[in-house]
Amino acid sequence: MDNLLYNVQRQGKISFYYGEEATIIGSAAALAPDDEVLGQYREMGVLLWRGWGIDAAMSQCFGNEEDFSSKGKQMPVHWGSPEYHFHTISSPLATQIPQAAGVAYALRRDPRRRGKNCAVVYFGEGAASEGDFHAGMLFASTLPSPTLFIARNNGFAISTPSTEQYYGDGIAARGPAYGMDTIRVDGNDVLAVLSATREARRRCVESGRGVLIEAMTYRVGHHSTSDDSFAYRARQEVEDRKRIDNPISRFRLFLQTRGWWSGDDEEELKARLKKDIMQAFKRAEGLKRHELKEMFTDVYGGEEPWNIVRSYTFVPRKEQRQELAGLLKKYGQTWEPWRSELRKFKGNGEELTRDHGKIE
Amino acid sequence: MNLYQAVRDAMSIALSKDDSAVVFGEDVAFGGVFRCTMGLAEEFGRERVFNTPLSEQGIAGFAIGMAAMGHTAIAEIQFADYIFPAFDQLVNEAAKFRYRSGGQFNVGGLTVRTPTMSVGHGGLYHSQSPEGFFMGAAGLKIVIPRSPIQAKGLLLASIRDPNPVLFMEPKILYRSAVEHVPLDDYELPLGRAEVLVPGTDLTLLSWGTPLYHCETALALLARPPPALAPHVPAALRTARVELLDLRTILPWDAETVLASVRRTGRLVVVHEAARTGGVAAEIAAEVQRRAFLRLAAPVRRVTGWDTPVGLQYERFYIPDAVRILDAIVETLAY
Repeated sequence: MDNLLYNVQRQGKISFYYGEEATIIGSAAALAPDDEVLGQYREMGVLLWRGWGIDAAMSQCFGNEEDFSSKGKQMPVHWGSPEYHFHTISSPLATQIPQAAGVAYALRRDPRRRGKNCAVVYFGEGAASEGDFHAGMLFASTLPSPTLFIARNNGFAISTPSTEQYYGDGIAARGPAYGMDTIRVDGNDVLAVLSATREARRRCVESGRGVLIEAMTYRVGHHSTSDDSFAYRARQEVEDRKRIDNPISRFRLFLQTRGWWSGDDEEELKARLKKDIMQAFKRAEGLKRHELKEMFTDVYGGEEPWNIVRSYTFVPRKEQRQELAGLLKKYGQTWEPWRSELRKFKGNGEELTRDHGKIE
Repeated sequence: MNLYQAVRDAMSIALSKDDSAVVFGEDVAFGGVFRCTMGLAEEFGRERVFNTPLSEQGIAGFAIGMAAMGHTAIAEIQFADYIFPAFDQLVNEAAKFRYRSGGQFNVGGLTVRTPTMSVGHGGLYHSQSPEGFFMGAAGLKIVIPRSPIQAKGLLLASIRDPNPVLFMEPKILYRSAVEHVPLDDYELPLGRAEVLVPGTDLTLLSWGTPLYHCETALALLARPPPALAPHVPAALRTARVELLDLRTILPWDAETVLASVRRTGRLVVVHEAARTGGVAAEIAAEVQRRAFLRLAAPVRRVTGWDTPVGLQYERFYIPDAVRILDAIVETLAY
């Protein structure tokens, strides 16, 4: 799926795409399905593991009318689903780390979830340089809150190698300084990640305090589709990693030695996945976007505070929506950049022009 | 009650009626550096009223996390001057939480209280009025009360509003403003300005501490002492000035402000924050667009200067009564 979306982005069909590590699956498997997950943007595996489905992921990447993660408001890979206990991803790095401590404190205060659930927060070793990492670690250990911190140390933050990110012994060495149980694990070994996360989660839920896991991996892909990583690292280095220390190959060998997997199984799986993904892709690509009026929704909740009289109307967003509707009426069919764009929206923006001039 | 007691009373009611409500921040457990949380920890327990580590970004992020789970998070930032480390969490996260998740998640249960405005000797970092910096953060609400009754009713409304609210308490009023505050649970509406003095000749708009300077200025206008009399033409002394308390800065009540300016034809806006990029700029721009033909004089802004608040210079920095009086006289005489 990564490969496909990656190539699609290269063809210019969606705007942006990131790669992902297999560390995610090992940890996801160790969590309770209703543990609250706060991610950075490489954690689609958690959602897929929980059964969110390929269609939902594709819809979010295209920002189409079935994208309920953000109704087309956020960039691709910024997923979210309350039903699957996965908090919506946002771009600013590390902001989710202290939020996770707050989520965990709320779990602790909820009699139905106290001692049963934890908050799980994923982040890269680059994000761990942000002040919010310090804040989150501090709050989760001091207040305390059952927060499981999973640092993916893949050696690079865009072009910056970890040698330029910190001088200490990685992220794990910081855990004890916050009084936190900490473990470092081979992030390319799914089973190691699984067992480390199980134990970390057990301690986290039982003690009600933060626990830190550092998973050592290597970012095989480029940082994102906006990045060509061969500008700052050797192609050979990447190829070696892919060959020698590939989490999927390693797990495949394990399955084969147990007699649980064969070449035929592999072919069949590949074919099935390819078919499913292509189908979801085609479907998502064919759908329209949400209605254009959604641009103005969900800024505030509840009632707008004013009782509106037409001549004194002043609800900025309603006003501004009206303003846009008027402009669309004037130029929507004559200004080409708008005309071609409107066709991509469900209803072609007509719900706006229809409302234009109506008393709201 | 004075203002800090009214704030405490509001939080006590919120904690009593909502089991999910918690109050936290730096030094709140012993009662807070301004006594706003006196006795709350003893009354409701340390799980609900607690100190946090000294980290504003942590306080804001933690509060967002709790609110995302549907809990009521009442966070305190010790001084508004120290809200900037939390700017990212408040502007990029709290304000955009509902929008970016297509309405699936929100942090409506979040309220951030913070002492604001000058205090006579606060210098650069105990005097600021940062409301203007948050003016562009659609998704947030900003509320500033002028008195104990207002503080209690607006704070309860802020805590219960389905949106994240920044509640800025004018710190000089904590002890100095005293009035009979109802003991009941009551709310005052957000997004609504209040007409304090009706008038027909000029609209005077402010919020928080400067409202008191506005009141003084109106008294000086009607009955100038001999020293000021030469500057106040006799013909202007009977002018009827309409005094408005904006109360909610975002979203601001343009309807009430515009209705007033359309009647009076003149507007003076007063705030302690510096002029450039201040809230008055936003109000002046909207008013001149929507009441252009009704304006008899340019919209006047009486504000702090475009400098930090220098300790020994404060008396000349803040928009005090004489500056407001001067602006009123000039606007009336335009």
